[in-house]
Amino acid sequence: MNSSGSGQKAIEAPLMDIRNISLRFGGVVALEGVSFDIAEGEIRAIIGPNGAGKSSMLNVINGFYTPQLGEIWYEGRRRGSIKPHNIARQGIARTFQNIALFEGMSALDNILCGRVTLVRSGFWKQLLWWGPAEREETEHRERVEQIIDFLEIQAIRKTPVGQLPYGLQKRVELGRALAAEPKLLLLDEPMAGMNNEEKEDMCRFVLDVGDELGTTIVLIEHDMGVVMDLADRVVVMDHGELIADGVPQEIMNNQDVIDAYLGVAH
Amino acid sequence: MQQLLYLTEVSLNGLTTGVLYALVALGYVLIFKSSGVFNYAQGVMVLFAALTLVGLQRGQVPFAHLWTAVFGTHTYLFGWNLPAVVAIVMTLGVMVLLAILVERLVLKHLINQHPIVLFMATIGLAYFLEGFGDLMWGSDVKRLDIGLPVGISETIESFTAATFGYGVFVDRLDLFAGLVAAALVFALTVWLKHSQLGRTLRAVADDHQAALSVGISLRLVWVLVWSTAGFVALVAGVMWGAKSGVQFSLSLIALKALPVLMLGGFTSIRGAIVGGLIIGVGEKLFDFLMGPIIGGATESWFAYVLALVFLMFRPQGLYGEKIIERV
Repeated sequence: MNSSGSGQKAIEAPLMDIRNISLRFGGVVALEGVSFDIAEGEIRAIIGPNGAGKSSMLNVINGFYTPQLGEIWYEGRRRGSIKPHNIARQGIARTFQNIALFEGMSALDNILCGRVTLVRSGFWKQLLWWGPAEREETEHRERVEQIIDFLEIQAIRKTPVGQLPYGLQKRVELGRALAAEPKLLLLDEPMAGMNNEEKEDMCRFVLDVGDELGTTIVLIEHDMGVVMDLADRVVVMDHGELIADGVPQEIMNNQDVIDAYLGVAH
Repeated sequence: MQQLLYLTEVSLNGLTTGVLYALVALGYVLIFKSSGVFNYAQGVMVLFAALTLVGLQRGQVPFAHLWTAVFGTHTYLFGWNLPAVVAIVMTLGVMVLLAILVERLVLKHLINQHPIVLFMATIGLAYFLEGFGDLMWGSDVKRLDIGLPVGISETIESFTAATFGYGVFVDRLDLFAGLVAAALVFALTVWLKHSQLGRTLRAVADDHQAALSVGISLRLVWVLVWSTAGFVALVAGVMWGAKSGVQFSLSLIALKALPVLMLGGFTSIRGAIVGGLIIGVGEKLFDFLMGPIIGGATESWFAYVLALVFLMFRPQGLYGEKIIERV
């Protein structure tokens, strides 16, 4: 962060540069020539009507989908095709639109799972519960307790997450993503289905993650109020194409965006 | 008194059979708990492991009949006898190889599929493996001898004879099987409960997509789980094989693991053990007490009826996770 005191975050070198991405499923075009960048330390929102390709974009970023065309540059290097489970090792963590938690496990175990990529002791040491492996487990446990404190979910740490209300599940899922200590955090509609109070809590957590941990965040959200409050820059998509890219004030006054949302006669 | 001691002997006999049931059931629980797949092929894996062990130890030529039919080789034995330890390690290697192949050829293509699809795949695997085992090692009944303690324990017999005036027969192999099972259960429980690795396995069982997103390699985990199940199958195969010879009816005995699982719960290692013991003792006692009245041979169906009755009252089993479904 720069300390100019203006309150505005400086846009640094892009952490990720997305160039001309096209993605098709058979004859269906999900993304068509989408390009934008994600700067280090910013909160970048992706908005757009239903079916605009927002989630597809997120799935391309974290390797679940491989686009037919286009390049993704991450940390100054071009990323080739990559296996989904290796994405986490590159410091990219995510949450899902329809929560994907390990329902049978407690909140604590779910968050501990987020640290899989940070485990150092090998298979045999873990199998034998060898000294270093045990010490390491304690260390992971401490980090996870910090996350639990941060998200204010101390009371439910031992509860199987399948039994938790929706809002808390979303919070546990954020916790699991944070546990990986990611550079880039992808949030797919983190506030969907929440009441106002839960939304405010979640907004506060997202802002704090950005400020305190310096994590870069990409966020898909439908609630315009939330987006305008949180985001440093906004990408607007419609029918798989990018129709606007800029700071929230610009976006609000952009005629294409207004048309996309209200619908115009073509 | 005499009668009571005889009853004790029957129960003890049941307990030791129960341990063997539990060993087979353990393999099912392991894969189900850690990858959410009910592996129908586990029973056949027990048979296959035992066949491979005997075959390697006796220096049998794999696919001997096939070679003979095609090339007219007529060589059935290499003519060596491997030490038991070497044969066991080699068999383990074969089971790991099997795990890798199962992952490569079957599971890899079924990521994110419904569990029932994976279940169907394991049924196919069971039939394949049974035929493959037959082709590879032959279908004759084989003796498994890797130097485990066998015969009646004289210590227990003379002790009970001196104290109660009635010598109780306990097979030393059964005692040994009990010890092995206890050690195995202890190791598996500690491993699954308390390490990041165990958590990783449960994560994969729960949700493939979420597991990928936190950086878990599904493929590696599957190989690991199936190798462990192969190892457990080998242990069960050794115990059953030493007790009643290695033969294809082993895969039928393995079916007894199903009522054990219904009783104990599909997700609980403790349940597999307790369920195995209940069924082992239950069927022996029932046959002893009721057999003469209702015409004998109750052992072949008692376990299934018990499981059926049990299902009506506690569908998740004794220790299974309660099934909670949000409406």
